[in-house]
Amino acid sequence: MSPATLEELVAAVRAHPRVLPVGAGTKARLAAAGPGVTPVSTRALRGIVEYEPDEFTFTAWAGTPLTELAAVLAERGQYLPFDPPLAAAGATLGGTVAAGLSGPGRWRFGGVRDFILGARFVDGEGRVLRVGGKVVKNAAGFDLPKFFVGSAGCCGVLAELTFKVFPRPAATRTLRLTARDAADQVRLLRACAGGRWELDALEASVDEPAVFVRLAAGETALGPLVAELLGRFPGCELAPAEAAERWTAVTGFTWAYAGGALAKVLLTSGVVPAFVAWVRAQEGARAWIGAGGNVGYLSLPLGIAPAVSPWPGVLLRGSGPRWLGPRRPAAVMKAVKRALDPSGRFPELED
Amino acid sequence: MSGLSDPARIRAELAALLGPGGLLADEAPLAAYESDGLTAFAARPAAVIAPRTADEVIAAVRWCHRQGVSFVARGSGTSLSGGALPVPGGIVITLNRLNRILRLDPIERIAVVEPGVVNLAVTQAAQPYGLHYAPDPSSQSVCTIGGNVAFNAGGAHCLKYGMTSNHVLGLKAVLATGEVVEFGGPSREQVGPDWTGLFVGNEGLFGIALEVTLQLLPRAECFHTVLAGYATLEQAGDAVAAVIASGLLPGAIEIMEQLALQAATAAVHAEYPPGCEAVLIVELEGPREVVAADRVRLEAILAASRPVEVRPARDAAERLAIWKGRKSAFSAVGRLSPDFIVQDGVVPRRRLGEALRRIQAWSRETGLRCANVFHAGDGNLHPLILYDGREPDGLRRAEELAGRILRMCVEMGGSITGEHGVGVEKRDYLPVMFPPGELELLRRVRAAFDPAGIANPGKMFPDGAAPALTHTGLHPLERAGVIARE
Repeated sequence: MSPATLEELVAAVRAHPRVLPVGAGTKARLAAAGPGVTPVSTRALRGIVEYEPDEFTFTAWAGTPLTELAAVLAERGQYLPFDPPLAAAGATLGGTVAAGLSGPGRWRFGGVRDFILGARFVDGEGRVLRVGGKVVKNAAGFDLPKFFVGSAGCCGVLAELTFKVFPRPAATRTLRLTARDAADQVRLLRACAGGRWELDALEASVDEPAVFVRLAAGETALGPLVAELLGRFPGCELAPAEAAERWTAVTGFTWAYAGGALAKVLLTSGVVPAFVAWVRAQEGARAWIGAGGNVGYLSLPLGIAPAVSPWPGVLLRGSGPRWLGPRRPAAVMKAVKRALDPSGRFPELED
Repeated sequence: MSGLSDPARIRAELAALLGPGGLLADEAPLAAYESDGLTAFAARPAAVIAPRTADEVIAAVRWCHRQGVSFVARGSGTSLSGGALPVPGGIVITLNRLNRILRLDPIERIAVVEPGVVNLAVTQAAQPYGLHYAPDPSSQSVCTIGGNVAFNAGGAHCLKYGMTSNHVLGLKAVLATGEVVEFGGPSREQVGPDWTGLFVGNEGLFGIALEVTLQLLPRAECFHTVLAGYATLEQAGDAVAAVIASGLLPGAIEIMEQLALQAATAAVHAEYPPGCEAVLIVELEGPREVVAADRVRLEAILAASRPVEVRPARDAAERLAIWKGRKSAFSAVGRLSPDFIVQDGVVPRRRLGEALRRIQAWSRETGLRCANVFHAGDGNLHPLILYDGREPDGLRRAEELAGRILRMCVEMGGSITGEHGVGVEKRDYLPVMFPPGELELLRRVRAAFDPAGIANPGKMFPDGAAPALTHTGLHPLERAGVIARE
């Protein structure tokens, strides 16, 4: 079902005892409805409701494709700095929030949780509720907009979202720094993270021990910063076309197997070598390290499930349990779930 | 509350639970806990306890849960919304003894701290590694991380860096039910619903944070701070709009208007360009090459904004002087008036000028002076309404004006609070911002964390017994110039 109005969305939720809220389905595991569950997609609920460039805010329907948003923001020299992933594949704003996914740009100013300001959603009883606010700063009421980040549709269908945006830097430069091995790669990640350069993105590959650094500012300022980084660390600058291709691959997961499992796991830079070893122990695995070593993405060929993860994670594509790694369920979580979805219309928090 | 209500028994049981020194017994020390930074309100708790360990906090909360006794967690008591105001008949749990930085990892750039750690102490501990903790409320030299987490504290650098919640990666807390939970962790990324994000800003209604994992950021290499004076407040507002429209992302954009300038001049001998109705402070920060380039753009924008005078800070000392004037402005206003209340509503940035004109007009109409100091970059107003508490209806009139300002903020599409929280002070205005269905949702979420309603009851929601209004003047720390209201 793809309701095209808020009224239709409410009717769709009320009409089915068990509902899985989905967007465009680019995170296929999170959009996979089990038997007896009706997927309700917000993809037809699209368009920008308000855009206030002077306020650094916009409000859009949850089904608005990220590409459409990016184009409108770009006209006014603004952007969502966290590079919401899978835009080219058709990902929606609501799906990005529900999946809790941020791209390389999250390094500098934070991820999707740091830019969401407000939401309108349909709860388990079919009530339309507004949480958060529409201005860049607001401390009134509990921060439920943040709570929905990564909630995977467990507590409601997101209908409309308000976000903060930033001015887009005039220019970017991308460097590929080379490391000897995974341990050296960690040293490089840490040296880059602690420096004076205010990097825009800091990522690392697993198939080769390289670190990818993106700088973003005015053109004139970038030259000396690039020169200093290349003077300090071995590596080279990527030509603009090659850099664009690299970041497209990262945000679009085009490096991953098209049909196989794709998982996100939480790391810190210190566990990157263990992550690399975990990846290598899995037949045919591909991987990518994001956010300065704070997140790892694992891709496996079709039909293979990820090995038991030592770190908390989420399965974005493929089949298997939604959550990976250690969990810390608490009684209060069930209580909050009941507060938002008393009849259990939406998926359980743990399944 | 149907629970234990005999103060003597409450004290006896807590003394037995916590052992010697765990319970503050004397009358005199108790008086210091009757109010917080919102001095117009006061209430006498049944007992004040000072746990030494997280386990003692857990034991105390579980005791409260069993006995049906309300509790209010308290750090340094700098809340401006009455968030730490005691509940009559309930207990106050002070967390100042839990003041250890449990772990500071300069490599992963995180700090794990107890709730009683002072905000500035985190930055001080991180400084040797070139790191800092970004949220910087004006009271940062005394306010605690636990209070910052409870009220999602802000500061002067929110436009670029966000609020407390944007810097809390994880936390361990004891909920009002006695359940101990751990949310988030050391990674800067998250999976699952963002429980950490939901907990931050709960105003003490969910429970008490016991350990907080904070992200630290490399300190900016270079700062460029400019002070520009304007003949009118409107011109200063227009300059802010021009800076924002230019695509620059300054670390801070602040405005101080006349009355606040007078106060800061008197208090810390700050010097401002003469003949100005408003002063704008803009701070750029980042790698020196980036600041150098942005500085040229900023100079051009400010030059075109018809300033009376533009004064860039030439060195670190001049930069600090600019900030000293700004951050002292609130306590300095205390020199102009025996009493004042401060609001922190938010309006859309483009309506700042209009909002300030309306406040000015109401100020003239009511005869109550208003000093405005605010975070212009994010539309966060801080009108200080000056009144004389010795006049029989002084406080009531000031509150009436504050209410008009709050309603205006909501009408303009903003918020009743940007960083101080709702607390007891603005609870009657929560329904102005949220319709009944949304209020009911917030109540249901609160009940999920605290079904018995024992954690900081009477705050945020417009119910419960009204606390006694008193006239007590400045907070003792504030009078001493140690804390500031922002």
